[in-house]
Amino acid sequence: MISIEGLSKVFTSNKSKTTAVENLDLNINDGDIFGVIGYSGAGKSTFVRLLNRLEEPSGGRITINNEDITAMTARQLRIARQDIGMIFQHFNLLWSRTVEDNIAFPLEIAGVTKTDRQKRVQELIDLVGLSGKEKAYPSQLSGGQKQRVGIARALANNPKVLLCDEATSALDPETTNSILDLLVDINKQFGLTIILITHEMHVIRKICNHVAVMESGKVVEQGEVMDVFLHPRQHVTKKFVEQVMGNGEEDEDIAGIAEAYSEGNLVRLHFVGETTNQALISKLAKKYDVDINILQGKITQTQAGAYGTLIVQIAGKDIEEAVRYIKEKSSVEMEVIQDVK
Amino acid sequence: MLNDIKFEDLIEATYDTFYMTLIALIGTFILGIILGLLLYLTSKDGIWKNKSLHFVISAVVNIFRAIPFIILIFLLFPFTDFLIGTIRGPNAALPALIIGSAPFYGRLVEIGLREVDKGVVEAAKAMGAKTRTIIFKVLLPESMPALISGITVTAIALVGYTAMAGAIGAGGLGSYAYYSGFMRRDFDLVFLCTVLIVIIVFIFQFIGDMIATKLDKR
Ligand SMILES: Nc1ncnc2c1ncn2[C@@H]1O[C@H](COP(=O)(O)OP(=O)(O)OP(=O)(O)O)[C@@H](O)[C@H]1O
Ligand SMILES: [Mg+2]
Repeated sequence: MISIEGLSKVFTSNKSKTTAVENLDLNINDGDIFGVIGYSGAGKSTFVRLLNRLEEPSGGRITINNEDITAMTARQLRIARQDIGMIFQHFNLLWSRTVEDNIAFPLEIAGVTKTDRQKRVQELIDLVGLSGKEKAYPSQLSGGQKQRVGIARALANNPKVLLCDEATSALDPETTNSILDLLVDINKQFGLTIILITHEMHVIRKICNHVAVMESGKVVEQGEVMDVFLHPRQHVTKKFVEQVMGNGEEDEDIAGIAEAYSEGNLVRLHFVGETTNQALISKLAKKYDVDINILQGKITQTQAGAYGTLIVQIAGKDIEEAVRYIKEKSSVEMEVIQDVK
Repeated sequence: MLNDIKFEDLIEATYDTFYMTLIALIGTFILGIILGLLLYLTSKDGIWKNKSLHFVISAVVNIFRAIPFIILIFLLFPFTDFLIGTIRGPNAALPALIIGSAPFYGRLVEIGLREVDKGVVEAAKAMGAKTRTIIFKVLLPESMPALISGITVTAIALVGYTAMAGAIGAGGLGSYAYYSGFMRRDFDLVFLCTVLIVIIVFIFQFIGDMIATKLDKR
């Protein structure tokens, strides 16, 4: 459990003061993949760097697994940092060391013996899928491979927490997905808590279960990813949700659709992270004498299951039974747009 | 005229030049790296950020760089006499050679260290590295090509310094060219010494470039 109370950071330079993080409270559960999203300058990087005190807090308290990070001496902090892995947007590998020596570096710092180091490095190389690249130098690797080295290095000392600052922002979409998959893998396999900073909502959507939205140094909204997607309250949050889902209202020409499909019922189905009802449409069609026509929609996958909206036309003899089934037997939220009887 | 040349003398002079340059180079490398590290670590965003210490080291470095080498030799006479016990011969030239070139090399080291990616230093800190680990396992290895190119440039300047020191009694090719060549109007000998010095410079340049290229995995 990571708990953050009243955390602040003020940068003072040449008489000007910048409050990068302001009186921030947050609790992060063990095993969470916790996303922090916000626009440039919101204070995300500062926040994550405060967690391992790469940046000294101006105020507040951070406790990780009941250890007060903020009260530690320099020596204690060095030991504590070995339990907090970190990966970076620009990978930050030592170009003078090979892949295996880069991964061995944190083990050297922790004082692991040479034979144990070699064994652990090989395990990590296999884990992140870099077999065969042991002797390569970072300059000979692609961005995705470099980030894999970064991840292996961060995991070397079996940390309990992994901090990721824009870990995929320098990668193309496909590589991003493979790195995100790897992070989910690691999270499941080792029960590692991951704190992930990003400005891309699809990253949150794909792997996080909790999200906090930051704006001008403060968390303005937080909760389970599905809840935040469904009921974004703040303007920034709505903007971020639109990044993934599109702006529903704008491209939904309900009146036009209603006019074109005047038969049967027009309903809007909200899929809210339900995995058991993914075959809803085909189930309805089999069970009842109805025809279902998908008119418009967007469904996307999150860690909690499918999320999105479909507009369908239901026609045929058993419309009422089908509608009742959706309402009572499934967790899909339904809204009748037009009822032509 | 050239046939009067005693080849043993020429070989000895060449050896002395090599000897002075090499020993001075080792001293300069160590002292320069210490100075460069101090300059880097005490600077504005350094690990040992310390304004007054940085100012003092910086001032000392600048002062020694400003003193012309030949004057530095004179200035250091008492010090050399105390340290080496004589002011003549190759060994007597070493203190002046090292003190004359270390500040210059120190600046080159500082520049090289600044080129090290801040992110990598930060990554090491995030792993819980001590300052000593950061210096010896991050800063120095990551800046090594720059440190080697820097020492190559310094080595060439040092060959020049040895010649200057030679002219006032340190021995080596400079001394030989001056006393046995110039003073006796034997310009063939001066020319021969010049060729030998140029060859020595080329050898240092070649070795330095080779090592720097080999180390650079960027
Ligand atoms: N070392 C520093 N000195 C002074 N001000 C700083 C420093 N680091 C960050 N800031 C300021 O703090 C604020 C937050 O910066 P931060 O880097 O945390 O934002 P961010 O959310 O990570 O942005 P981005 O998405 O661009 O990375 C900005 O206004 C920035 O100018
Ligand atoms: Mg940032």
